[in-house]
Amino acid sequence: MSDCCPLPKGPPSQSPGTGRWLAATAAGLVVWGALYWQLQPAASWIVARLPLVPGSRTADAVAFFLYDTPKVLMLLGLVVFAMGVIRSWFSADRTRRLLAGRRTGVGNVAAALLGIVTPFCSCSAVPLFIGFVSAGVPLGVTFSFLIAAPMINEVALGLLFGLVGWKVALAYLGFGLGVAITAGIVIGRCHLDGWLQPWVREIRMTASDVPGQRMTLVDRLEAGVDAVRDIVGKVWLWVIAGIAVGALIHGYAPADLLATVMGRSAWWSVPAAVLVGIPLYSNAAGIIPVVEALLSKGAAIGTVLAFMMAVTALSLPEIVILRKVLTGRLIAVFIGVVALGILAVGYLFNFAFAS
Amino acid sequence: MKDIKVLGSGCRTCVATADLIKTEADRLGIAVSIEKITDYAAIAGYGISSTPGVVVDGKVVHAGGLPKAAAVDTWLAT
Repeated sequence: MSDCCPLPKGPPSQSPGTGRWLAATAAGLVVWGALYWQLQPAASWIVARLPLVPGSRTADAVAFFLYDTPKVLMLLGLVVFAMGVIRSWFSADRTRRLLAGRRTGVGNVAAALLGIVTPFCSCSAVPLFIGFVSAGVPLGVTFSFLIAAPMINEVALGLLFGLVGWKVALAYLGFGLGVAITAGIVIGRCHLDGWLQPWVREIRMTASDVPGQRMTLVDRLEAGVDAVRDIVGKVWLWVIAGIAVGALIHGYAPADLLATVMGRSAWWSVPAAVLVGIPLYSNAAGIIPVVEALLSKGAAIGTVLAFMMAVTALSLPEIVILRKVLTGRLIAVFIGVVALGILAVGYLFNFAFAS
Repeated sequence: MKDIKVLGSGCRTCVATADLIKTEADRLGIAVSIEKITDYAAIAGYGISSTPGVVVDGKVVHAGGLPKAAAVDTWLAT
């Protein structure tokens, strides 16, 4: 939720220069790849030249830090760039038009998927909510969007992919969608429209037609670069701090301690992780490197993912903002349904990845 | 005198948008009155679902994200 997302939009550039941009992008990707494959040897090379005892705890921690920091930042940059380009095709107003009048089910699936690619910022949550509901997007469908948008973001996906691996990143994506769709359907079935704040129910607005700004390919690539500058510029310090903590856990935390507290055999660890995660204000950037280190020390994957989802999908600041449009009862239902969904994912994961 | 309204809850991007419009208007020597609308019901009345929104002489020209300087110039010029 910390990644507010001002993607600049504008009229098409006057000078085309498309060829130059394409060439620069291709060259950038080649350089990226070349650097990426050199990271491991480079890190080993540096560690071997430091006055450290090979195989010692300190050497392990330093090697982890030196290899993971550039690796994670590079992968994060790539994912954020790709997401920035993809998002240039979407806007909240376009998503609203796509979702208006959709039925429960199909609408929830579409809303959750659009939640991934629509530029969204928690400070926009209220206008977005009112905009959706008053334009005829069903309440449950709106919730599917509101759950998926902050939970499945490029920072979380990029870091999971970089640190823990593509399988877990895909699983997070899939189960995150599952929670958003199911919770939205449940809330929709309950017919809770009467639980909105009274002034919200009275608004019957007509959607404005914001003049469609036609974007060229160059504009879209530029949007990707802007996203990288904006998001990576904002979170890189957190990533490094997180990796430093992760490196300490790697080097020094006793393996069996975490396995007892956060391992698969401790059934209560999933609800505990969700309870701890809800009030925490998300910073996926700082948390995921720690998460990776916990995993390597025997914490169960489901417990850790439940924790991450609770942190990103339910955050206190967003709840405070939404309180302006939802009654307390509806907020309680929202938190309850989403927390239950996350709990289910946690247990399912611990079960599925049992080895 | 161009009448410009910036719609938004007062988040960082909304403030930056208002500042950008002021800077561009000064640079081009165009007289503007910029008003920030932070009331959610009023924002909803303009029919946008992402902020910041920009309204020039009663017409919504932008919704969501920091606009580009070139786009601001176009709104001010017409």
